[in-house]
Amino acid sequence: MGERVVAIYPHPDDETFGKGGALALHVKQGDTVTVVCATLGQMGRNMGKPFFANRESMPDIRRKELDAACHALGVTDVRLLGLHDKTIEFEDPERVAGMIFNIVQELRPTRVYTYYPGHGVHPDHDALARATIQAIRKLPPDQRPVVYASAITRNRIEACGEPDVVLDVSSVFAEKIAAMKAHRSQSEASMKRMEADIEAHPERKEEIEAPFKTERYWIYQVS
Amino acid sequence: MKAINANDVQSLLTAMVDTDVYLHLETTNGSYAALHDENAMSVCVFIRNDVIRFERASIQGSGPYRVGLKLPKGWVYATGLTDYEVNDRGELLLAGHDADGRLAVGLELSRHPFRE
Ligand SMILES: [Zn+2]
Repeated sequence: MGERVVAIYPHPDDETFGKGGALALHVKQGDTVTVVCATLGQMGRNMGKPFFANRESMPDIRRKELDAACHALGVTDVRLLGLHDKTIEFEDPERVAGMIFNIVQELRPTRVYTYYPGHGVHPDHDALARATIQAIRKLPPDQRPVVYASAITRNRIEACGEPDVVLDVSSVFAEKIAAMKAHRSQSEASMKRMEADIEAHPERKEEIEAPFKTERYWIYQVS
Repeated sequence: MKAINANDVQSLLTAMVDTDVYLHLETTNGSYAALHDENAMSVCVFIRNDVIRFERASIQGSGPYRVGLKLPKGWVYATGLTDYEVNDRGELLLAGHDADGRLAVGLELSRHPFRE
């Protein structure tokens, strides 16, 4: 029997950047994959290059980008929690954990992807990761999913040790790039920069693309 | 959005003088500023759907622009504004974008509440 995977992140694009490869691999393997997106990234700073989004059109644009990116990864089940970007840490933690608990109870995941609490850099990443751990803690120990956590702080190795999983996602590189491009408002500037780099230095293509072909996860022990 | 036309913005602002308007005001250097540069701080502030009433409104500069709203007992102002739009909901959006098209500052005014 395959894995039941739930990826729990606050922003449209979190499921793609640094993690899209793992999710696409799950889909390829026949696992069931659900993406939970807590906000619509309403406060995103990137507006496209040249910019086409504005503060008020952003939620609709990013909702569509999320669907397109998940489609590129092969993920069909996308759930929204309806929270507001940059505010999760100010919500009642029990309420947020409760929202996640409901989903976890319904889907009974064997594996959960989220940020590593305290190592998510963005306050929303940390707050939602904490809420996710809190929700999982409500499950009996033998029913708890394995938590694949993303640590993105500078001192992550120092603090969390070497990653437990170094995943080669080169077989789904095309899917991952398509998902990154689908988040056009957020990725257009950086994708254009990368493409220009490759055009200027074709001999360095492998080297430029390499960071996107490996993903790193820490198994977070829920105690 | 398009590059600010100061005359146009001035008349849009003037039309809102002495009426209750909803305010969205924000500035940010991004939540990852400190990750990319150890010496930087991530700084952001935003206020959304507060109601204000101003007695004088003025756009200044030659681009990027500055907008100041004089309240009966205080001020609202934003600098670094480069682009504007009146969207299909009738909201006046003013924003300052950097060379990569990233929003650095936003000032928005509307007679109706902004979406939550
Ligand atoms: Zn994020």
